[in-house]
Amino acid sequence: MVSAIIIVTLLGVTMGAMLGLASKYLAVEGNPLQAEIEELLPGSQCGQCGYPGCSPAAEAVTNGQAPVTMCPPGGKALAEALASKLGVSVDLSAVEDKAPAVAFIHENLCVGCTKCFKRCPTDAILGGPKMIHAVFADACTGCEKCYDVCPTECIEMREVKPTLQTWYWPEPARAA
Amino acid sequence: MIEEQPVAGPYTHSNNSVRRTMGLVMLALLPATGYSLYLFGWPAIFLFATTTFACLLFEAGSLRLAGKRVRPFLLDGSALLTGWLLAMTLPPWAPWWIGVVGAFLAIVIGKQVFGGIGQNLFNPAMVARVALLISFPLEMTLFNAPAPLFSAQAPGLLDSLAVTFGSSDQFDAISSATTLGHLKTELGRGVSLDAASSGIESLWQLTLGQASGSLGETSALLLLLGGLFLLYKRIISWHIPLSMLGTLALLSTIFHLVDAQSYVGPLTHLMSGAAIMGAFFIATDLVTSPVSTRGQLLFGAGVGLLVFAIRTWAGYPEGVAFAVMLMNACTPLIDHYLKPRIYGRDRKGQPLNYAQERGDA
Amino acid sequence: MGAEHLFKLFKIRGGVHPEDRKALSAEQAIESLPMPPLLHIPLQQHIGAPAEPLVRRGDMVKKGQMLARSQGAISAPVHAPTSGRIMGVGGYPAHHPSGLLVRTITLQPDGEDAWIDSLDPAAEPFALEPEEIARRVAEAGIVGMGGATFPSAVKLNLRNRYTLHTLVINGAECEPYLTCDDRLMREQPEQVLDGVLLMARALEVKRIIIAIENNKPQAQVAMRQAAEAFSEVSVVGLPTRYPMGSEKHLVQTLIGKETPARGLTADMGVVVHNVATALAVHEALRFGRPLVARVMTVTGGAVRQPKNLLVPLGTPLSHLIDFCGGFTSEPARLVSGGPMMGQPLPSTRVPAVKGSNGLLALTVAENAQAEEMPCIRCASCVQACPCGLVPLEMAAHIRAGGLDNSVKLGLLDCIACGSCSYACPSHIPLVQYFNFAKGELAARQRAQHKQGETKRLAEARSERMEAIKRAKREAMMKRKKEMEAKKKAEAEAQAKSEADTGTKSDARAEADPKPGVEA
Repeated sequence: MVSAIIIVTLLGVTMGAMLGLASKYLAVEGNPLQAEIEELLPGSQCGQCGYPGCSPAAEAVTNGQAPVTMCPPGGKALAEALASKLGVSVDLSAVEDKAPAVAFIHENLCVGCTKCFKRCPTDAILGGPKMIHAVFADACTGCEKCYDVCPTECIEMREVKPTLQTWYWPEPARAA
Repeated sequence: MIEEQPVAGPYTHSNNSVRRTMGLVMLALLPATGYSLYLFGWPAIFLFATTTFACLLFEAGSLRLAGKRVRPFLLDGSALLTGWLLAMTLPPWAPWWIGVVGAFLAIVIGKQVFGGIGQNLFNPAMVARVALLISFPLEMTLFNAPAPLFSAQAPGLLDSLAVTFGSSDQFDAISSATTLGHLKTELGRGVSLDAASSGIESLWQLTLGQASGSLGETSALLLLLGGLFLLYKRIISWHIPLSMLGTLALLSTIFHLVDAQSYVGPLTHLMSGAAIMGAFFIATDLVTSPVSTRGQLLFGAGVGLLVFAIRTWAGYPEGVAFAVMLMNACTPLIDHYLKPRIYGRDRKGQPLNYAQERGDA
Repeated sequence: MGAEHLFKLFKIRGGVHPEDRKALSAEQAIESLPMPPLLHIPLQQHIGAPAEPLVRRGDMVKKGQMLARSQGAISAPVHAPTSGRIMGVGGYPAHHPSGLLVRTITLQPDGEDAWIDSLDPAAEPFALEPEEIARRVAEAGIVGMGGATFPSAVKLNLRNRYTLHTLVINGAECEPYLTCDDRLMREQPEQVLDGVLLMARALEVKRIIIAIENNKPQAQVAMRQAAEAFSEVSVVGLPTRYPMGSEKHLVQTLIGKETPARGLTADMGVVVHNVATALAVHEALRFGRPLVARVMTVTGGAVRQPKNLLVPLGTPLSHLIDFCGGFTSEPARLVSGGPMMGQPLPSTRVPAVKGSNGLLALTVAENAQAEEMPCIRCASCVQACPCGLVPLEMAAHIRAGGLDNSVKLGLLDCIACGSCSYACPSHIPLVQYFNFAKGELAARQRAQHKQGETKRLAEARSERMEAIKRAKREAMMKRKKEMEAKKKAEAEAQAKSEADTGTKSDARAEADPKPGVEA
């Protein structure tokens, strides 16, 4: 009886001590998950999720305040990655995979107001005041910020067409 | 003429198909089955028909329930083959409901619950056989001596109907133990092997199949021929049969040499019971055996070892069904650990490095 | 003749034995295809960067004139297949399963077929330096003509980075139906051999193996006769088995070593070139002629008269079919290349390119497509795979979306030879699963790269914004300070004047001792 009490007590003390040590030496600063999730997000700070940037959005997703499907540019692939990172299951059928698009400026309508290139988070729009603007397609993320502000509606979101370099085989059709 | 979505090659095919595979297996089973049905007469034929037909019905019902298309799956022959194999593991004069319950266990529990063809972990026929053996030990261990069609001791058509579909009490008189069952009982009583062997069939009779047992436990010779045909047609590879029978023979030889009075010899082991049937038709079941050659060798050796162990030390006289199921359970594990070596890589998956090799040398 | 008995061959694993159907076209001597009314010459007929056009609409060009020059280290120029007028440079359907529009030069032949005057044949090709041979091969726009279309000159320069000892000439032609290499070796063995020897000179190797599958005995005889005088050349008969013509497996059969994963055969000192490439090298060095035509096999059950044709590059495939008597029946499928690894074509409107060795029009029966059934784990694919993969598991992972798992199982070691799909009793499109997964992986990598770039740009921008803000603030502060200083100075000046007008001087000094010092 006594020995049992002693053993259990000793066990408790040792394990408690180990836990205490572990919490001291294996401590993690901040929430590493948030950094990992921010790493996954597009990082264009476009704000389409309703948060002021990718970092606050990552925080919200980590804390469960925002769903993993909140990032429109990320699409299905990102939602999947976030879900697996957070270990949650999610209905991906609702996520619409928008075909990747880049902005295109119709030069005859552009008045050179500079509104769009001030808004562009990746400096993908070239031009100056009273000069026709142009989009550098490789840098455009299709966030549509410029699309929303253009006073003459001269910006069109154009789907990115596959080329021989980017085309690849579609997934085989599933047998019924 | 051209689809919207391109379809990748190759634009030719080996003409191999699921239906062809299943068909060839059935073709290989045909001689042994025909001979066994002849040996055990009308009751066996009725039971065989009932079991296979019930399997097809359960398959069709399950497919409909699952919302799958019935025709292509029913016609691939897999349900028919399952029923066939199951029927061959039953005592030939077992009542009809054994066949129907077996069919339910095999098709619904053993196969469709897992998701249908290709998804099952265990060999469906063996699931049914083991479940029946445990649930209905009396019916499943009541064997009778061969009574060939049209012979004097064979029951007539109407009597046979009574055997399969009615009460079978009146035929208890001619029931007879299987070779392995007899040996097990006698050895268990402490009788020496020589003494125990006196009352049983000769090896030659076992090989030809003139012994009591289930359909598939007789006629080792014809089954062996069927197995060789499958090997020739490359439906199965030699790895599982050889390693299984080899392990069984090796172990029985060793033990027989050590103590000839307590342990049955290798030829009896190979030719009696379901050893041949199991090696060529059950353990080689494509769905539930490993895919790599090394895996198949291990799998076969495992089955052989378990068969020997169960026959020798466990409570049942025959252990092929248990052995195969136990090894089926190991298949995913075997497949995970024993993969073929990838071209240009070593066994650990690292790229080959000739420069380093030279440096070491 | 006895040499092949001395040659020890090594076994490769896996592989299949498809019905070869070469008899359809094997006895048809190579015919020159008449010039079509229009040629469509794509700017990219090779692996690497597309060529940059040098001509404009309306230009008159001669046969062999360079139309577009190579761009970058891995690229190849494109030459005019005949003389005529450039009709334009624009989009035209690619010789590719997608049928996408690609930049293509359209040339209207003038019927003269006149070579350009400035052809520069080497007087004594074997006296040339290896670099010079490689340069001329590059200049001639020669790419791997077995279908891989990798610029040949790059491969000839491997000598700079690897110790090479053997040149293997791939005459396996293991794909069913195709007979163009067979015909070349039978009809022009001396020319092929000359090209081979030139390539060996460029690579500075001492040993040459010409490997031909045993289903082409006449080609073996022809090449042996041609090579009799050269002790360094051995003509070796290969067992007939698909994919014997896969570079890595061919080399393994010959020297018994596997090419390391992600490595080259050059790691083992071996370089492999195709028979047709050798002929192109011969033409380029002996006559200075660039690659402007190639031999193609036009065959299949739906072609009325299968033939082997010498086709000017850029010829629309419909022209080839017409020359072969048209279709006997509506083909179930058009394939560029052989039936095992060939690519489906959307129509016959696409042009012949440097890498197209065959055009197949297959009937429904030949195509042998059937409804997909579930996998029965029969391991036919495992037995057939020449790369030691487990295709059924890779496909299952891809189907379930687990691309990473399929990579762990060796997806990237797959050579897409099609043996698994060929053998599959359930007709599962394994190759397409792997093609899809490889493409999807590449797309994800591109997306990840873009994401990284986006982040970099966004950070640069926010940093710049910060810098602008800071600069503005600093500027403002500075102005504020200046203003204050000015005000102060004014105030002082005022105070001074006030002091001068009679305030106590020590009181002023007490209140502000510094200005005097600062001044």
